[in-house]
Amino acid sequence: MTLSLEEVSVSVAGRRLVRELSLTVGPDEVVGLLGPNGSGKTTALRSVYRALRPVGGAVRLDGEDLNAMPARAAARRVAALTQEGHADLDFTVAEIVALGRAPHLRGNQALSPAEHELCRRAMARMDVAHLAGRGVLSLSGGERQRVLVARALVQEPRVLILDEPTNHLDLHHQLRLLAMLRGAGLSVLVSLHDLNLAAAACDRLAVLAAGRLVACGPPHEVLTPSLLREVFGVEASVVPHPLTGVPQVLYDLTAMKGTPA
Amino acid sequence: MRSPSALTVALLAGALGVSALLAIGLGAASVPPGQTLRYLWAALTGGAITADEVTAYQIIWQVRTPRVLLAVLVGAGLSAVGVAIQAMVRNALADPFVLGVSSGASAGAVLVGVFGGLAALGVYAVSAGAFLGALLVSALVYLASRGEGGLMPLRLVLTGVAMAFGFQAVMSLIVYFAPDGEATSTVLFWSMGGFGAATWGVLPVVAVVVLATTLLLRRDGRRLDVLALGDETSASLGVDTHRLRLKLFVLVSLATGAMVAVSGAIGFVGLVLPHLVRLWVGAAHVRVLTVAPLAGAIFMVWADLASRTLMAPRELPIGVITALVGVPVFVTLLRRRGYLFGGR
Repeated sequence: MTLSLEEVSVSVAGRRLVRELSLTVGPDEVVGLLGPNGSGKTTALRSVYRALRPVGGAVRLDGEDLNAMPARAAARRVAALTQEGHADLDFTVAEIVALGRAPHLRGNQALSPAEHELCRRAMARMDVAHLAGRGVLSLSGGERQRVLVARALVQEPRVLILDEPTNHLDLHHQLRLLAMLRGAGLSVLVSLHDLNLAAAACDRLAVLAAGRLVACGPPHEVLTPSLLREVFGVEASVVPHPLTGVPQVLYDLTAMKGTPA
Repeated sequence: MRSPSALTVALLAGALGVSALLAIGLGAASVPPGQTLRYLWAALTGGAITADEVTAYQIIWQVRTPRVLLAVLVGAGLSAVGVAIQAMVRNALADPFVLGVSSGASAGAVLVGVFGGLAALGVYAVSAGAFLGALLVSALVYLASRGEGGLMPLRLVLTGVAMAFGFQAVMSLIVYFAPDGEATSTVLFWSMGGFGAATWGVLPVVAVVVLATTLLLRRDGRRLDVLALGDETSASLGVDTHRLRLKLFVLVSLATGAMVAVSGAIGFVGLVLPHLVRLWVGAAHVRVLTVAPLAGAIFMVWADLASRTLMAPRELPIGVITALVGVPVFVTLLRRRGYLFGGR
C-alpha cells in the first residue's frame, strides 16, 4: 500500500507546524523522517494516524483520502507507535497487545483463536512473550515500548507509523526493531534521532526543518556535511560503512566550540 | 476478552439477593427472613396476611423494600458511573461528583425546598429541582471544557471543581437568607445523602436510568480500554475520542443527576469501588463494569443498613458510613504494593 502526503499542512493551536509537506512511502519501503527538535516530525506523523486533521492538502492511501474514511477503517490500515507516555490503568501486557485488534472487532466481541495466536506471535517477535501476564505499569520503558510495537503489529496494518521507536530501547532491541521493519512487508514511516541508525534502516530519508521538507532521497544523497551543518547545526564527516557501504556520520565535538549552546 | 466467570457473577448476584432480603428484615422492628419472604410474596401475589401483621407488613413493603431497592440501584449506578468517569477524565481520583453535579443538585433542591416552585410536581418537586440543578451544572461544565480537541480531560476536572465551589457559595447564600432552619437540614441531606425518602414512586425512573446507563457503558467496554491508553493511541486504534467522551459525559451526567435527585450525593462508593474491583478482576472495562455494579449494590445495602441501625432510632447520614469505610480502604489500597494506577 502506498502512503502519500500531498502538500499537507498542519496547525496546532493556531500555529502552522507543518507546511505543504509532500512525501510518498511505497509498499515495502521504509522512509525515515529526520529533523531537529520542533521541526514538525511528530506533527506530520500525527496527521497520518489521524490524531490531527490537516488544514491543507491530503493524506492518501493508494489514492484514497484517509480522512474521508471511517476511523476504524483507517485504523485497520494504519497502525502507530506514538510517543504517548503510558496507560492510566494497569492492564496486563497480553490485554494491551490484544487491544490492537480493536479496529477489527465489533464492540466487546471476543478474539478468535487465530487472533490469540496472532497476539502470541507478535509478543514473541518483540521479545515480550515472557511478560504476557505482567501489569503494563510495572514494565521498564524499553519493555513497554516493545509491547506497544507488538500491539501495532497485531493491528495487521499495511502502513506502520513509528514516532521515535528506539526511545528507551537498549542497543540490542533498537537494532532488532529496525531490522524487523525492513523485512515487515509494510509501508513504514519512522521518525528517528539517530542519523546512523536511520541511514542503516531506511530506504529513503526525508529531512524536515521548520515544518518544511528540505531534503528527500536515499541516505547517501541526503546525509551530506553541508545538510548536517545547515539543518542540524553540526560539523560532521560522512563516511561509508566499511562492510555495508551505508553512509555513517562521524561527529567532531571540537568543532562545536563557539556555536551557541 | 475474558469475562468474569459466570460463577463469580452468579455468586455476587446471590450475595446481593441475600443481602437485600436481610436488610429488608433488619431494622428498628426486626422481621425474620422467613417472614420477610412471606410478606414480599404476599405483596407480589396479593396473598393474605392476618390483621395483627399489618404494621410489620407495611414496614416491610412500604418502607424498607423500596429503600433497600433504591440502595441497590444507586450503589450499582454510582459504581458504574465511577468506572466510566475515571476513564473519561483519565484521573484515578475522579468520582461521579467530580463534575460538580452534586453541588448543583443540592443548590437546586434547596432552592425549590426553601422558595417553593415546581409545585405542580407535588412530592417530587425537590427531586426535580435537584435533577435540574445537576443538569445545569453539567451543561456549564460542558460549555467551559470544550476545546479544539473536544472535551479536555483535565479541564473537565478543573471546571467541575470550580463549579462545585461556585454552587456551594450559592447554597450558603440561600441558607443564610432562608426564612427558617429547614434549608440547613436540606443541605445536609443533599450533601451527605440517604435513602430515607425512598418510595415506590421514584424507583421505576431510577431503575431505568441505572440499568440503561450500566448496559450502555458496558457495551463500550473495549472502547473505554482504548481510551485509557490515551488520546493519541485511541486515534491510531480507530476510536473517536471526541465522540466517545461526549457520549460518556451525557450518560454520566444524566445518571448522576437522577441518582443525586433521589438520594443525595453519597460519596466514596463511586471512587473506591472501581479501584477495589480492578484490584480483583483487573483493568479491562468489560469485566469491571460487570462486577462493579453488583459489588457496589451489595456495599450500599449494608452501608444503608448500618446508617439506620447503628444509632437507632436516629439515622446517620449514609455518606458518613461510606466515608468511614471508604477512606481507610482507599488509603490502604494506595499504599498497597502491586496496585498501580496512572504511574508509580
